[in-house]
Amino acid sequence: MVTVALDRSADDARPWIEAARPTHPSLIDVRHVVADLYNMVNVPTVVWIDEAGRIVRPNDVAFGSDTFRHITGIEAARHQGLLREWVRGAAPARPSGAGASPTPPTAEHQQARACFALGQWLSERGLLDAATRQFVRAGELAPHDFTIRRGTMPIRGIDPMGPDFRAMLTDWVGAGHRYYQPLED
Amino acid sequence: MTASAFTVIDDGRAVETTVEQGLSRVADAERAGRPVAVDRGAGAAYLGVAAAERARQLASLEAPDFTLPDLDGRLHTLSSLRGRKVFLVAYASW
Repeated sequence: MVTVALDRSADDARPWIEAARPTHPSLIDVRHVVADLYNMVNVPTVVWIDEAGRIVRPNDVAFGSDTFRHITGIEAARHQGLLREWVRGAAPARPSGAGASPTPPTAEHQQARACFALGQWLSERGLLDAATRQFVRAGELAPHDFTIRRGTMPIRGIDPMGPDFRAMLTDWVGAGHRYYQPLED
Repeated sequence: MTASAFTVIDDGRAVETTVEQGLSRVADAERAGRPVAVDRGAGAAYLGVAAAERARQLASLEAPDFTLPDLDGRLHTLSSLRGRKVFLVAYASW
């Protein structure tokens, strides 16, 4: 297992990692490198990679417990069962439908990521207004990418669990979208 | 800092140059199909990775490699785990 924290600093991720007391690599991804490489749009996102370094099950939403099941509608046991079988030597569970292969990003999404990255650079130099302009632009270009729309809230001094996020979620779901899109098996 | 300073961030690395050269690099990147974000007021541009390049990588099904630090600052590279199944989990405090 390798965990990657898409957080703005090691300090933001530290309490979670220390509470978990992991024996696996727990990495810090301030620049969202992994989100960009794997075209991730939210957390948690899980990917299965085999011994030859190949993606055998692409981006999926999976939780370690049912703590948030009443909110997400996602049952932890589904994915955990599939994962356990794979670890024990079964062939990896290949999903059906649109998520069967890794989804490539659109040009707009890559533009959003460039704006996000420039925003990070600007915020690190104290240019918060300029950074916010980039983050807002990124969110407009990729409204489905919550690693950007929600992930930039801490830098902007907005509570990612608070009313601004809840309003964002209400708008998104109200427009007919899903916040989480687990793979279909 | 001179008034003509311009920073081009390419592949994560920042290079200081002149405004003229910086904007020239921006134009080159755009011609090459790369996404670019520019803030002229701040004198900075970020040159990103084209969607076609990402698509090519993901279509190959080879897990894109990366190197990231842990809490102790020790670097870990995904490809060093070849020979083992890897369950990659991305999460966040937000």
